[in-house]
Amino acid sequence: MAMAVKLEKRLNPSAAMNVIVPLVSVLAAFVVGAIFLTLTDRDPLEVYTAMFKGALGSQYGLAETVVKAIPLMLCALGISAAFRMQLWNIGAEGQFYMGAFAASYLPLTYPQLPIWLMLPGMALLGCFGGGLWGLAPAMLRARWKVNEIITTLMFNYVAILWVDFLVYGPWKDPKGFNFPLTAKFPASAALPTFGDSRIHVGLIIAVVLAAVFWVVFEKSRWGFEIKVIGASEQAARYAGMNIRRNIYWVMLLSGAVCGLAGMAEVSGIVGRLQPNLSPGYGYTAIIVAWLSKLHPAAILLVSILFGALQVGGFFVQTMGVPASVAAMLQGAVLFFVVGGEFLTQYRFVSSRKEVA
Amino acid sequence: MGEQAFYIAILSSAVIAGTPILYAALGELVTERAGVTNLGVEGMMLIGAVSGFMAAIVTGNSWIGFAAAMLAGGAMGLIHAVLTVSLRANQVVSGLALTLFGTGLSGYLGKSYIGIPVAEPFRGVSLPLLGDIPLLGPVLFRHDVLIYLSWAIVLALWFFLSRTRAGLNLQAIGENPGAADSLGIPVFSLRYFYVIVGGMLCGAGGAYLSLASAPSWLENMTAGRGWIAVALVIFALWKPGRALVGSYLFGGIDALGFHLQAAGVHVSHFFLQMLPYLFTIAVLTIVMARRGGRLAAPGSLGIPYDREQR
Repeated sequence: MAMAVKLEKRLNPSAAMNVIVPLVSVLAAFVVGAIFLTLTDRDPLEVYTAMFKGALGSQYGLAETVVKAIPLMLCALGISAAFRMQLWNIGAEGQFYMGAFAASYLPLTYPQLPIWLMLPGMALLGCFGGGLWGLAPAMLRARWKVNEIITTLMFNYVAILWVDFLVYGPWKDPKGFNFPLTAKFPASAALPTFGDSRIHVGLIIAVVLAAVFWVVFEKSRWGFEIKVIGASEQAARYAGMNIRRNIYWVMLLSGAVCGLAGMAEVSGIVGRLQPNLSPGYGYTAIIVAWLSKLHPAAILLVSILFGALQVGGFFVQTMGVPASVAAMLQGAVLFFVVGGEFLTQYRFVSSRKEVA
Repeated sequence: MGEQAFYIAILSSAVIAGTPILYAALGELVTERAGVTNLGVEGMMLIGAVSGFMAAIVTGNSWIGFAAAMLAGGAMGLIHAVLTVSLRANQVVSGLALTLFGTGLSGYLGKSYIGIPVAEPFRGVSLPLLGDIPLLGPVLFRHDVLIYLSWAIVLALWFFLSRTRAGLNLQAIGENPGAADSLGIPVFSLRYFYVIVGGMLCGAGGAYLSLASAPSWLENMTAGRGWIAVALVIFALWKPGRALVGSYLFGGIDALGFHLQAAGVHVSHFFLQMLPYLFTIAVLTIVMARRGGRLAAPGSLGIPYDREQR
């Protein structure tokens, strides 16, 4: 008797695996991280404990975790809209910056506006800035099939340089001792916060938006259309769906939500436009979206986890550990999720065979 | 500076600025010819840059650094191969994972190496006779050895792809792996091999930055060059010769911005820095528009090979 192991495609992707794979992936990523920590003469247990304590062990840490989770939630929601249609928008980072830039225009130019005009106006401009930044690659893709992965990514660099240009140049605060910062926004341009914490209304916006996304993408006709196009463009075309128009709308929506994240960050947290607004939220959000299988509720939860990772990373800097340890762990998580998807689609079957 | 000297300076630095992109583009070309998309080039270059730099610092020998960079890039390629060839993972997301992981890991590993100089970086060597040709000499033949090596690789790759049996096999597994398999070509192991070779070349491209053109380590020092290399392969229509020309074109744009600034042109350097990215988008759009959105890409590019669904 000999055991042989064979691969078999699952008829229905396993639901249990959809939960187990991400969980195991996170654990496995920490193991990989531990290897590199050990190789560089650090005690992984000590580093992980410090990260955990820093992110979740105090009221301040917890609040900061949520603060970092808000832009992740919004960007990941934005990204998920495009990913559903197999449009690889990896330009969330740039759309975030363009949203922040466009939103900053209002308080810097019309600081006297009342709060009820200022905040909605900023939000609208933020969506507009990010949305247009998403629409540009969408047009190239829809018209000439220009690979949107490359164009959205190139636009990230352009957006960041554009914001740098503004804050080092025309938008620099003349009273700012030559620091590359714009003038401080008026109080009317600040999103309200909860209690003494830095957690702002962006959290509510993200939760509401997640609910809206769930209805739109899971329950509406349009959501169904997007899903069909994502599964097979050819089938969608036979069914008479307008693919080009949907590329425009989806990328506009995707970019707008990422732009809103940028607006929320300058309004709720920073209070001005400045360089290095984002520690890579737009990229981390790609991992969040994929790990969440594009499900809005999961995106909210996973964003908290990744927010904690970010805060933990900042916290261990005081121990002399580079903050990029968080980015390394996040990338490793994605490896395992991608690899683990194999297990949701295939299974190993052992078959006993007679040996002649 | 005289006008002629100015142009020579630009063209010569175009070659230098284009070389890391050329190495990476050749790596991506080999990988994609085997039917596997690799969007991890940026991460592979960063890992190559940091490990090459660290090895060169520790051993004091830049050649060992260069070899270490290729090894590290190859290791990244191996991960990509496991995920996309064996586990049939989504190639786009696997590549993104490589880039994100590579960015994070290189930042982590390189932190304590920022600001350290390399003992013996690769320096320009004037080739005998060739280096003395007017115009051409200073532009092409007074560079470091890695640039001459990259020309050898372009030539070898062209020969390999168009004139050898193994090169035909490489094209076959990228065009139609099912047919290749039935002819007895080992699709899986060859795909592994070429994805790893591609990773090694990407690592070499990163090492060129940290050991030759900028000899130092900076977090995220590739600044999107890996992505430009991915775009370049499309522009090059998967041909090594065109990749060489394209790389120097991009290098030229890069160098132009730098030299215009040095010449005192009054444009914000932020706009000059945008040029390579905008140029990439423009070039890609022109290529696609001229070909009506259809490309002669390897037939099964991006599709995992599943023997049972042949």
